[in-house]
Amino acid sequence: MRLPRHPSLIIGLAATAVFVALALLSLVWTPYPIAQIDIARRFQGPSGAHWLGTDFFGRDMASLVMSGTLTSFTVAAAAVVIGAGLGVPLGLAAAIWRGPVEWLILRGSDFVFAFPALVVAILITALIGPGAINAVVAIGVFNIPVFARVARGGALTVVSLDFVAAARLAGLSNAAIARRHLLPNIMGLVIVQATIQLALGILAEAGLSYIGLGTQPPATSLGLMLRDAQSLFVLHPFLSLVPGLVIIVIVIALNLAGDGLRDALDPRLKPVESAA
Amino acid sequence: MPGEIGTVGELFMLKVLTVLSLALVMNAALAGAALAQQTQVRIAVALEPPTLDPTANAAEAVDIVVYQNVFEGLTRIDENGTVQPGLATEWTISEDGLTYTFTLAEGVTFHDGSAFDAEDVTFAFERIVAEDSLNAQKALYEPIESVTAVDPHTVEITLKRPTGTFLFDIGRPDAVIVAPESAENNARVPIGTGPFAFVQWDRGSRVILERNDVYWGERPALTRATYLFIGDTATLTNALLAGDVDGTNNMAAEVLDVFAADPRFKVLVGTTEGEVILATNNAREPFDNPKVRQAMAHAIDRHALIEGVTYGYSQPIGSHFAPHNPYYVDLTGTYPHDLDAAKALLAEAGLPDGFSATLKLPPVAYARMSGQILASQFAEVGIELELINVEWAQWLEDVFTNHDYDLSIVAHVEPFDIGIYADPDYYFGYDNPEFAALIETLNATTDDAERKDLAIEAQRILAEDAVNGYLFELAQTGVWDARLEGMWQNSPIEGVVLRDIRWVE
Repeated sequence: MRLPRHPSLIIGLAATAVFVALALLSLVWTPYPIAQIDIARRFQGPSGAHWLGTDFFGRDMASLVMSGTLTSFTVAAAAVVIGAGLGVPLGLAAAIWRGPVEWLILRGSDFVFAFPALVVAILITALIGPGAINAVVAIGVFNIPVFARVARGGALTVVSLDFVAAARLAGLSNAAIARRHLLPNIMGLVIVQATIQLALGILAEAGLSYIGLGTQPPATSLGLMLRDAQSLFVLHPFLSLVPGLVIIVIVIALNLAGDGLRDALDPRLKPVESAA
Repeated sequence: MPGEIGTVGELFMLKVLTVLSLALVMNAALAGAALAQQTQVRIAVALEPPTLDPTANAAEAVDIVVYQNVFEGLTRIDENGTVQPGLATEWTISEDGLTYTFTLAEGVTFHDGSAFDAEDVTFAFERIVAEDSLNAQKALYEPIESVTAVDPHTVEITLKRPTGTFLFDIGRPDAVIVAPESAENNARVPIGTGPFAFVQWDRGSRVILERNDVYWGERPALTRATYLFIGDTATLTNALLAGDVDGTNNMAAEVLDVFAADPRFKVLVGTTEGEVILATNNAREPFDNPKVRQAMAHAIDRHALIEGVTYGYSQPIGSHFAPHNPYYVDLTGTYPHDLDAAKALLAEAGLPDGFSATLKLPPVAYARMSGQILASQFAEVGIELELINVEWAQWLEDVFTNHDYDLSIVAHVEPFDIGIYADPDYYFGYDNPEFAALIETLNATTDDAERKDLAIEAQRILAEDAVNGYLFELAQTGVWDARLEGMWQNSPIEGVVLRDIRWVE
């Protein structure tokens, strides 16, 4: 077993798993319904009845955090699916066809990279209106070139190996080689990148919701909770602290998991480890 | 060479001189800042006006900047909501109540230098009542039969029928006097006769006004006023705390505690003419059924709404009428908060399981927050609301103009605007000929006691029909630098009037 050598991987994956589990649990159960407004019990501190206190509408903060985490994860994960789903095939195509195809894909990536991601996300949501779906699209578009580059880089090291030449001699088409020989070999890289993009996506969703362009009430997300708490920060800092800390912990967990996965899966690191 | 290196004495002198001159410069700068602060004011307001012409736009944001500052009417409304002389210094009313003769102030010029006379008055009113008029309150001026310039300083206005509120109506922002030379450009460069002249409008940021030094009336204490547009509560809070703005006419209730405890600020809590209503599309199913609307009225918990949205700073209303108005009658008990009654009425209306509807919310905190609370309250009787957040432009188009909505939440800020229910084409879609007849009688009545009875009857009909959900009267919660005086505590008409604002130490 190689896993115990990466404590950061264990910690990261475990913490992520806890938050994902809480998020999924919110689909079927939260301590209180998140839409239940009870003005009489607002601004309560943490207590046995409300573990994280209540917000300005008297809603249970623990329930809001669970539901908000689900929204944040869903948006970030959907954006990763968009990015990987389009980016990886583009990267593989660039690696195997080379020539003008590669040039076009790389210049396209450069073009998208040239814009600050969050600014263009703001542009997209400003054009087609705010909402969680639009946040997914906006963040997802910027994941595409990231995955394209990672896939191309990984595939280029594989494409010159003998077994690819053998496959070509055996008459396999470029598309079939990419699917059967390149993709499985770069899967590790893609998974690592997906973990990192997931963390960035959660931050981006929080940012978009914070400026009012992401998730809209009565749905909730961690960024939206921060936004709602912002004007009350002077009087009730706890309302900002809770979603803020949750975002930080999730992002750290995902980054630890990503680092750990890279160490565990990166083929270039394997020989070093076995030598040691 | 002593000239180059200098002696210890010379060096010392040089230092003393430098320090002295520095101190002088700093003194002058400080004195300048103090003097400047005493006659300039920076006021934060939530919304940027779409134009600066109050005679062609319904938005309150327009009036807040220009009403009584840049533009004046024949009469003006004061802080208590009473009519004061404006550009008309005095007037007489004929026996039959149909002919008003106004004597105009002399020596009045517009900010562009052109003279003000009776021709400007006739022009302004003809523009309001014209076929293609863009005036937001056109219906109010419909009783005007003719406007005649008797001589350059006398104007005679003849009405089709006696109109009790006429002197008030011509004091509204919608009836300010504009000049034929500049009226077309007022949307961008407003030219009026007021105590402050327009200087510049930095879109998205601010409007600057400067004192009109040739103003015909009493000159105000301020020399310069800047209206800054800050929509975000946290930004505004920080701007006030940092001293970047000197005050705001209306601060979000949730942060008032920050300023109430701080001696650098004063909090002015007053009334407004803003009735916050759950606007209901009476022309659309199921809201065309009075039982459904009554059920909704029973499902509303005003107390929780007022606490949740305005932190207790507002008064409940039971009809479309301001509680501080002398004609007000308390109808909040017409359909008390009673979930069983609501469910029973829904069952009678054939909707025992409730129904689903959309709630379009304009981008103001009271609407967005009320929407979430109402959705939670309505859910208890089975009415599922889908909240749709819209921008103002979209709200005006969808809800106000095209009547494409189920429910909406908005504040109606015009004073004494119960007459809007008499118009079946208004966006409520409320068609009640009996009510329209009542309003017509009310408008034609000048006797105060009779007017009161009629106004009470009108309030009662709206409350019993539950035309809209009547929620609360917006409070005006101003936060100002403690050294500022002369701001209006109440807001009997839309506007932030600079006339009396001054710095005191």
